[in-house]
Amino acid sequence: MNTPAIEVDGLVRTFGDVRAVDGISFSAHRGQVLGLLGPNGSGKTTTVRVLATLLPPSGGRAAVLGHDVVADAAAVRSRIGLTGQYAAVDEALTGRDNLYLIGRLLDLPRAAARARATELIDRFGLTEAAGRRAGTYSGGMRRRLDLAASLVGRPEVLFLDEPTTGLDPLHRNEVWDSVRRLAEDGVAVLLTTQYLEEADQLAHDLVVLDRGRVIASGTAAQLKSRTGGRRLHVRPELPREAALVAAVVAQETGADPVVEPSGEVTAPAHDHGALRRTEDRLVAEGVAVAEIGLRLPSLDDVFLSLTGHAAATPSGGPR
Amino acid sequence: MTTTLDTPPTPPAVAPSAPARLLPSTVRHGLSLARRGVVTTIHSPEALLDVTLQPVIFLLLFVYVFGGAIAGNSADYLHYALPGVLLQTVVFASAGTGVGLAEDLKTGIFDRFRSLPISRAAPLVGAIGADLVRYVSSGVIMLVFGFALGYRTPAGPLGVLAAFALVVAFAFGLCWVFTALAMVVRRPRSVQGLSALVMLPLTFASSVFVPTGTMPGWLQGFAAVNPVSRTADAVRALLDGAPAGGAVTVSLLTSAALVVIFAPLAVALYRRRT
Repeated sequence: MNTPAIEVDGLVRTFGDVRAVDGISFSAHRGQVLGLLGPNGSGKTTTVRVLATLLPPSGGRAAVLGHDVVADAAAVRSRIGLTGQYAAVDEALTGRDNLYLIGRLLDLPRAAARARATELIDRFGLTEAAGRRAGTYSGGMRRRLDLAASLVGRPEVLFLDEPTTGLDPLHRNEVWDSVRRLAEDGVAVLLTTQYLEEADQLAHDLVVLDRGRVIASGTAAQLKSRTGGRRLHVRPELPREAALVAAVVAQETGADPVVEPSGEVTAPAHDHGALRRTEDRLVAEGVAVAEIGLRLPSLDDVFLSLTGHAAATPSGGPR
Repeated sequence: MTTTLDTPPTPPAVAPSAPARLLPSTVRHGLSLARRGVVTTIHSPEALLDVTLQPVIFLLLFVYVFGGAIAGNSADYLHYALPGVLLQTVVFASAGTGVGLAEDLKTGIFDRFRSLPISRAAPLVGAIGADLVRYVSSGVIMLVFGFALGYRTPAGPLGVLAAFALVVAFAFGLCWVFTALAMVVRRPRSVQGLSALVMLPLTFASSVFVPTGTMPGWLQGFAAVNPVSRTADAVRALLDGAPAGGAVTVSLLTSAALVVIFAPLAVALYRRRT
């Protein structure tokens, strides 16, 4: 069991002149959820497609459970599951038939393929809808069916390429729960996401990509600590009072505050009295404060400080 | 969502089953995927209408709108046009193969298939297998409806079967052209548009709907070399019980040439398209 589940070493993939993946290395072991985090075009999907044997690498090496993705592609394919960015289910088939088809393609005998389909249908809460065509499913049901389809062959390594894109928060949580349970069972999960929250919730370890390169890696906590300590956040009721708030924050923290378009003012708060003093001053100035407090840096802050640009925000609305 | 989790990740459940090994895996998996394709067609209203209603409408329109003007009366025209419309219907259905593949490639379901330990050609074999079922269904509907309208042939069941096989063989050859096109063009709608652009001149500038004698010389020249004409002539001759050897040979050679040239091309493009 010493063979890493996923091993990527100096991987390069070019498309014409574009170096979509430009020499990245990382590895993951069984039972680990590894998050590949990065904006659109950072090379996440390309990396997953190389690992899933859909795309040959241009340079470097990638192996799954010790099997090279090029030389030993068939061995890789028999031990992985893939859920791509688009729900890869057949809309004309019923949920059950989608899973049955995959089972048959994996050479399960008919009865075993049927049993496996039923088992997964039940596990993913699709029992009621099993006999309906997948085209009638909601986005969340489709995603769950898609995830179920990638599990028919009991993969030891699972690739999830932006598994919750376009899902509402409820269904996102359902997918997250499933992923956690798979990892508990010893499956290695490589998850790509643009959503820092998702990476924070699910991944044990993170690899941050930007423009095809690894710009940081470690646990979420390690990455957060790189950005520094707590930050003071103040959001005035009236955004036009942000300048005044910023002046107060600057005086009380002794740091240069950042004013966001929403009117929120943030600054590093090294001394513990800064929050109390700022609050008192703002009361004295007659500024109505909507929100004030100390926060640990979020992964968003980490991303911003690593890449110099903000990460995407989840489309699912407020959590 | 239920919370039972009873699946240890090892050993992999992909244990090959002995009886399933009787067929080569490409065929076995291709058949599974072809079954999927057929179900997909049955459940897609527009695809089903393409297969069922379109041949009926084409035959009605051609026989009753153009028939009298072209041949003096609809009955005579039905006799001339049925073999042509049969061919045209199945040829148009073969263009649908490209559109269907482009759709599948867009949705990502092919990524799933290709990440499975199955032959890389199996999804293509499945798609085309399902479409052969579609061609045959369209053709049968067309023939049955033609008979209902009063079409009669002196050719026996064997002659009809031979004519039918020729049409399906031609469509099978052509479908590789559209498959290759789908791999290059990618957008389903563009595939559809381009296919129509190719198919309309090929079917109309031919002996499919009218004898070519009244066409200007240059068009007659085109119609004479147009493989669709040659196939239409062959089908017509077979159904009329007339000597058909030459036209049949040309048609079969054309179909074979299409397969030999475009099948490897389509497969190569499909493999590269990742």
